[in-house]
Amino acid sequence: MDFFQYDSNPWGQEILVRISWDLLWAALIFGVLFVGGHLVMRKLWFPAHGATAEKAAAEVSPVVDDPGTPVAETGVASDAAPASVKRHSLGSRLFHWTMSAAMFVLLITAFFPLLGIQFPWLTIHWVAGLILIASILFHIVHATFVMDLKAVWIGPGDARDMWRRFWRSIGREGSEPALPGKYPLENKLYHHAVAVAGFGVMITGVLMMFRIDTPLFARDPYMFGEQTWGWVYVVHGLSAVGLVALIITHVYFAILPEKRWLTWSMIHGRISREKYAEHHDPERWAARD
Amino acid sequence: MAIIRDMMAAFELFQPASIDETVDLLGRFDDGWVLAGGLDSFEWFKMRHRRPRVVIDVSGVEELKGIRDSDGGLEIGAMTTLTEIVTNETIRQRFGVLSTAAYAVATPQIRNQGTIGGNISQDTRCWYYRGGWPCYRDGGNICYADTPTSMNREHCIFGASRCVAVNPSDTAPALIALDAKIVVRSGGSERVFDAEDFFIGPSTDITRMTVLKPGDLVTAVRIPAEWADSAFYFEKARDRQSWDFPLVNVATAIKTSGGTIQDIRLAVNAVAPYPMRLTRVEDQLRGQPINEDVALAAGEMAIQGAHLLRQNAYKVPLLRNLVKRAIRDAEVQ
Repeated sequence: MDFFQYDSNPWGQEILVRISWDLLWAALIFGVLFVGGHLVMRKLWFPAHGATAEKAAAEVSPVVDDPGTPVAETGVASDAAPASVKRHSLGSRLFHWTMSAAMFVLLITAFFPLLGIQFPWLTIHWVAGLILIASILFHIVHATFVMDLKAVWIGPGDARDMWRRFWRSIGREGSEPALPGKYPLENKLYHHAVAVAGFGVMITGVLMMFRIDTPLFARDPYMFGEQTWGWVYVVHGLSAVGLVALIITHVYFAILPEKRWLTWSMIHGRISREKYAEHHDPERWAARD
Repeated sequence: MAIIRDMMAAFELFQPASIDETVDLLGRFDDGWVLAGGLDSFEWFKMRHRRPRVVIDVSGVEELKGIRDSDGGLEIGAMTTLTEIVTNETIRQRFGVLSTAAYAVATPQIRNQGTIGGNISQDTRCWYYRGGWPCYRDGGNICYADTPTSMNREHCIFGASRCVAVNPSDTAPALIALDAKIVVRSGGSERVFDAEDFFIGPSTDITRMTVLKPGDLVTAVRIPAEWADSAFYFEKARDRQSWDFPLVNVATAIKTSGGTIQDIRLAVNAVAPYPMRLTRVEDQLRGQPINEDVALAAGEMAIQGAHLLRQNAYKVPLLRNLVKRAIRDAEVQ
């Protein structure tokens, strides 16, 4: 398997061109193996999850607001939380689904032609890229000034609690992990991995737009030398195939029965009081109506 | 280091006797190179920019040769030579635009050897690409023909998407004007493409000029009867009248009634990476009388949206005038 594609320029110098598309297959295989491996572990090694999953699936239903329930201001105990707790604002949900749609369009237009499904992909690709950039700029502003930015910060206790959750999930004795705030470490790490890959494709994607004709700015393919352009293509490609693997795992978890309450919350914005109490520490994430 | 030319790299040669054998070989060797007349292929081989492991010479496949009647139209085998097309009486009398276009290809010697299948499947003549430079079309990430100092006089004014090479076929616009169908065999299946859909641009696949993928074989070109005996026009502008690729060529088929255009098909080539059917111009021309003003308006419409490179601005008036003549001077053979 090759990692990069090289070629010789007219002066006989070896130049980096892009990543090898073998890496796309590697990302797809990694995603499939991860999903398959997790399904096997879930069935064989985490039998407790099966029961939890069924129970969770049975509980999943759109949450109905109970306006009579008292609203906690800060740090309330879970039993004082409203019947449904607001997890994602409308802005957050719109961002998520806009970004998702743009991301799927980008991956389809990028990789389907490589898999043999041919169509004029380039214009659709860069337009979807601009929508992705706009949605992420909105998210940055929204997260900075409206949302709780600290919700995705990784604290010193996060790794310890993640290890304890894993240890107990495979049936070992160990200390009780503390409940996380709004997001456990797994979610935070996933967010940061997507952020890194997302910035990778966005920044290099904007640079690559200078190589094609768009109505946005004058074309200038000569702003970098060919070796630098090769690295731009490599970063774009690596980030993109990384996103393939990340999205496979994300979609997989989103459709797992025990995680559907989280998926629902990305649609209607709320989780039930029971889920809030079961999965979150009110001291670290205050319930809001 | 000296560049070796005229000495081909070794390859394994197969000479099948039937379409089924050819398709079977193409299925066995995914990098099998189909050799028709060899006029495009041998240049690649001798320049050593293409080094196929397996070459499948289809010159012995009789099923691929000849011109046959088909539902009032014609079926032309892919290995039919351009000379046979030029000299075929039915084509000359009923589908004259194809005869004229085939006659415009290169020289008598090349027309004796070149085939209709090869002519529509040939690769672009961009010399950066043909010279082995690692451009987009060659799998790289740059177009050497589209730089501030590039030699791009022959390159495209429409349809560029990173690559600015043009399709050089003379018969392609004539086939589009005749609403021809291209028959492609692959494995056990047969697909039939409208001629205009047979060609693809770099926005679809920057490394190919046609829909043909490894394993595909053009077996025939079918010309329906619908446009037989129409008024036709073909013209090719080139640097050397004796032998050259087109700078711009144009083909049109017009059905008229009392001096009015009832229906029309109009195609041009060498202005885009694929032969372009000018459907917007066609739409405006239907129902119009054939005269100088209408022809001039068609020419003006044809050049709308042209995107110029450093050295190819001349193609704009050339295209405008060729389209104008294609409307004004089309005539029944």
